[in-house]
Amino acid sequence: MVVYLLCLVMFCLGIYCVVRKRNVIKLIIGVIILEYAVNLFFILVAYRKDGRAPIFAADQTVTNMVDPLPQALVLTSIVIGLAVTALLVGIAMRIYEKYGTFDITKIKELKG
Amino acid sequence: MMGSVNIIPFFVAVPLAGAFIIPLVGKKLKKAPDMIGSFFTFALVVLSVFAVAAVKGNGTLVYSVGGWKPPVGIAMVLDGLSAFMLVTVNLVAFVIAVFSVNYMEKFTSKWKFYTLFLLMLAGMNGVVITGDMFNLFVFLEIASVASYALVAYGTEKHELEAAFKYAIMSAVGSLFVLLGIVFMYSYTSTLNMADMARVLSEKGTGDISLMVSVLFLMGFGLKAALVPFHAWLPDAHPSTPAPISAMLSGVLIKSLGVYAICRVFFNVLGMTPTVSSVLMFLGALSMVIGVFLAIGQWDLKRLLAYHSISQIGYVILGIGLGTPLGIMGGLFHLFNHSIFKSLLFLNSGAVEYSTGTRDLKKMGGLSKKMPITGATNLVASMSIAGVPPFNGFWSKLIIIIAAVQAGRYGYAFWAVLASVLTLASFMKVMKYAFYDRLKEMWDQVQEVPIYMKLSMCALALICIFGGFLLVGRLDVDFLGSATGVLMEGVNYAAMVFSNVG
Amino acid sequence: MSREHEKGMSLIVKTITRLTVGIIFLYGIYIVLHGHVTPGGGFAGGVIIALSFIHLMLAYGRQEAFKRLSRAAASVFESFGAIMFLGIALLGFVGGYFFLNFLPKGEPFRLFSAGIIPLCNIAICFKVGAGIFAIFVALVLLKLDLGKK
Repeated sequence: MVVYLLCLVMFCLGIYCVVRKRNVIKLIIGVIILEYAVNLFFILVAYRKDGRAPIFAADQTVTNMVDPLPQALVLTSIVIGLAVTALLVGIAMRIYEKYGTFDITKIKELKG
Repeated sequence: MMGSVNIIPFFVAVPLAGAFIIPLVGKKLKKAPDMIGSFFTFALVVLSVFAVAAVKGNGTLVYSVGGWKPPVGIAMVLDGLSAFMLVTVNLVAFVIAVFSVNYMEKFTSKWKFYTLFLLMLAGMNGVVITGDMFNLFVFLEIASVASYALVAYGTEKHELEAAFKYAIMSAVGSLFVLLGIVFMYSYTSTLNMADMARVLSEKGTGDISLMVSVLFLMGFGLKAALVPFHAWLPDAHPSTPAPISAMLSGVLIKSLGVYAICRVFFNVLGMTPTVSSVLMFLGALSMVIGVFLAIGQWDLKRLLAYHSISQIGYVILGIGLGTPLGIMGGLFHLFNHSIFKSLLFLNSGAVEYSTGTRDLKKMGGLSKKMPITGATNLVASMSIAGVPPFNGFWSKLIIIIAAVQAGRYGYAFWAVLASVLTLASFMKVMKYAFYDRLKEMWDQVQEVPIYMKLSMCALALICIFGGFLLVGRLDVDFLGSATGVLMEGVNYAAMVFSNVG
Repeated sequence: MSREHEKGMSLIVKTITRLTVGIIFLYGIYIVLHGHVTPGGGFAGGVIIALSFIHLMLAYGRQEAFKRLSRAAASVFESFGAIMFLGIALLGFVGGYFFLNFLPKGEPFRLFSAGIIPLCNIAICFKVGAGIFAIFVALVLLKLDLGKK
């Protein structure tokens, strides 16, 4: 139970970072923290009591394993997160080139 | 062996194949990306019409990917609602692909645009056709990441700022959706949508369903630009190239946002009166706020973006009513909005191509020099404002009648008010852009090239004859089957499992 | 002696890189090929292979890395990997379903077993390796024009 609460704390930290920080790079790090929190929560949901890692080996017979499905899904989710991060960093570099600053309160040309 | 159920994977495989082939050939042969883009989207339009006929003949079609039967494997489900959305998405994508043959000449690296465009189309088709929750999330992310790159396509100052804001907000929205999916998986131990519906109706929805509903509403509502979550849309539209704005506002927010809300809330979680009231309230709020903010705008594409928020409010109001007439009105308005909003954005693109400006105060009297653009803009403006006999009038009328029939007179009043304000706003656009005195600096302006003219005329024709979709056979096959799927609610599970093939 | 160390890092780093980069590359290939028996598979192996090229670029400078894997070659590998994956999926129609596992599956825990999964892993390794190398090149070697606003 405590582990789930810690995941929730990490999620709230990520949201705080996205909402309150002013530097563009810190916003990107906030999104990364959010993503890690959700992936971690997904794997923790899959835990079964006294379970082992869900890998078959040729010479052992294992009967209770943790749920293997979320592990495959989280692999996909990590790859998606990598793509989003790479794109955000590329956009942030070009923003620095055009605006000359990383401060998000100064990058406010679109209004209305 | 080649039954009609086998066409289903091609909706995802064809645009993916196009997107992977274009980087190989696009750098050497200059005409290849255009031809591949237009040809593949045309093939998709033909396939989607075929899919509507297949659903009419055989009922719900279920395709088990890789031979693994659901609930063990991933299932692709083609029912009335999916076929309806497929026709909408692919038709508009084909017309926009033809338009961008001429329009994207002004940008470098045209092959990059077509690769991203086909990837986004593959993602949208995948969202519509899948029957598995995590697969829905994966395709949602494919379409979203492609759209972040497309919004930043021209790499000017405003585009980059808008793309950054859009990307951060949309990434957080997707993470809310993923969190909702995690909670659903931990409660029902399955990821297949039909199986989830069955387990939820047997086990009872429990306490977790309220939290999951809120998470899904926040996540998908951000993709659909509903009112508390709409802040990215007016910034993402003005500076991006016109075909991308048309794609974003015409199909992306519908396929990713509205379709996902419909599918999850009607077929998986089950529609309760609370959810219905919340959807109607958010829809009405979007309608009114969108149109009030749109009246004072002088930038043409920003004005059109605020009107998009308002019209999506109509669709959500219609769907939130929950009665058959309301849902039919909402879905018909979704189809009509794709057509006329894309036409309006393509018109603004044509104006920008010829004159180089988007500011309404600087334009004037352009319909003398650009007759086809002016005429199609007149057709689209009358459609969106709800003037008979264009298609917008019929769908708005059905939504208002459904609201009155359900006894919600307040919502009907707000719908009529928003419609009148929309009409006023578009009269302002027509006056300032097309019908005033011609300013001297626009003396050399010419009409746009041939592919842009063709695509605008095609959409205008559908606007004029769209009312016929309510008549006879077309109504039953096209709109009626889509409405039927949503009215079934959680019986979706029984329909899918009886047709596994 | 000092002229050839103007580019890249110091002599110690260059010697260690020369010894280990080949081993890292081989380790990546091992993880890809055994993807159906041990944990790992296409994505993890692809990242390790891309890291070996990035290691080369960090230690020696960009010219050495581009001699081994130029930008055009990375783009071709990426598209080729993606088309191979889609081709394998479409070939599943031979057995009647998209993405069907149609090659013979041998006994478990052998290297040549499990149907199409090793081929899919190899396709993903091409795409991910070339893709991550291309992302690194695009982010690090971007020439920013900081003068104009």
